[in-house]
Amino acid sequence: MIRSEILKEIAPILRDQLVVCNIGIPSQELHAIDDQPTNFYMLGTMGLASSIGLGLALAQPKPVIVIDGDGSVLTNLGTLPTIANNEANNYILMIIDNGSYGSTGDQPTYTGRKTSLAGMARAAGCENVVEVQDVDTGKALQAAIDGGKMTVMVVKCDSGNAKMPVITMDPVVIRDRFMQAVAS
Amino acid sequence: MSIDRRIADDLVANGVSFVTTVPCKQLAGVIEEIDQRDDIFHIPSNKEDEGMGLCAGAWMGGKRPAIIMQNTAIGVTINTLATLIQYYRMPLPMLISYRGELREPVACQVEMAVHTKALLAQLNIPTYHFHWQKDVEEFDNILKYTFMCNKPVAILTDANFWGGYGDQ
Ligand SMILES: Cc1ncc(C[n+]2csc(CCOP(=O)(O)OP(=O)(O)O)c2C)c(N)n1
Ligand SMILES: [Mg+2]
Repeated sequence: MIRSEILKEIAPILRDQLVVCNIGIPSQELHAIDDQPTNFYMLGTMGLASSIGLGLALAQPKPVIVIDGDGSVLTNLGTLPTIANNEANNYILMIIDNGSYGSTGDQPTYTGRKTSLAGMARAAGCENVVEVQDVDTGKALQAAIDGGKMTVMVVKCDSGNAKMPVITMDPVVIRDRFMQAVAS
Repeated sequence: MSIDRRIADDLVANGVSFVTTVPCKQLAGVIEEIDQRDDIFHIPSNKEDEGMGLCAGAWMGGKRPAIIMQNTAIGVTINTLATLIQYYRMPLPMLISYRGELREPVACQVEMAVHTKALLAQLNIPTYHFHWQKDVEEFDNILKYTFMCNKPVAILTDANFWGGYGDQ
C-alpha cells in the first residue's frame, strides 16, 4: 500500500481526532480525502509535525495524532528524546515509513536501508513503540487510541504518491479553525 | 531583585506557562529559575527549531509559550520563523542571549553577533536589545506586545545585561 491508500483506510478513525499532518503530499492527500477542522496541515517547515503535536498534547487533554514521515523524523531526530522524556499519554506519533522523501519524488531515505526508526525511538527512551505493516495500520491506530498510552507507530509501506491538488486554504484559516476545534 | 527572578515573574504574570530552552552560559540562571517555577512547564529541546514547533503546538493547545535560546540559533530557526511562526501568525517571545557583543570573551561568538540584528530585521521581527540591567523593566510590556500582535518578538540580552563574565 502507498500512503494515500493508508490514509483513505484510516480516515474514519482520524475524522474525530486532532491530527497534525506532515508537510507536502501527505497533507494534500489527507486534505483531499477528508478535510476536517480538526486537521492541522503543515504547509512548510519539514520535520516539526512531531514537535507541534507534542506541544499540543502537553498543553491540553484531547488525544493528538501526528501523521509524520520517515524523512521528516530523520531531519528532526532530536524530537525522539523529547517525546520520550515528556510523556503525554494523549500523544500518538504515526510515522508513515515509505523509505523515501515522497513529496519530492521518492528519493530513498536511510530507513529503506540499515536504519530502523522503531529502534531509534526505543533507544531514545520511548516505551511504547510498534512497527506495523501498512495493511494493519487501522487496527494498530485504533489500539493506540484505546490504549491511552503515548505511542510511536512506525508504519512500513510502499513509496508513492496520489495526485492531489495543493492546499490553497490560508494558513491563518487552517490554524484558526484548528484552534477552535481544539478548544470546543 | 535578581534579573533571573524578575524575568520569571514577568513570564508568570503574563500567563506564559510553557517554556522551552536550549542553554547558553549567560542563560544558566534564568533557565534554573524557570525550571523551579510551579507555574511554568519547562521542556528542554534539543534544537531551537524543534523548540519552536513545541511552542506552536502549545499555543494552539491554549497555552502561552516562550523560547529561551542563544542568538546563534537565529541561524538555525529562520525557516521555522518564516514558514511556521510567521506564516500561521503565532505569538512567540524569544528571550535570546546576545553572544559576541561587548564583554564577550569568545571570539567565534562575534561571527553570528554581526549577523543577528540584520537577520531579525530582514525577517521583520520586532527586536529589543537589553544592555543595562534596568532594561529588564521593559520585558513585561514586550510580552504584552507579543501576545497582542501574534508575532515572534526577539529580546536580545547581551553580556553587559547579565553582568559580564567576571575575570574571564
Ligand atoms: C528544510 C527543507 N528541506 C527540504 C524540503 C523539501 N521537502 C518537502 S517534503 C520532503 C520529504 C518529506 O519526506 P517524508 O517526511 O518521508 O514524507 P513522505 O512524503 O515520504 O510521506 C522534502 C525533502 C523542505 N520542505 N524543507
Ligand atoms: Mg517518507
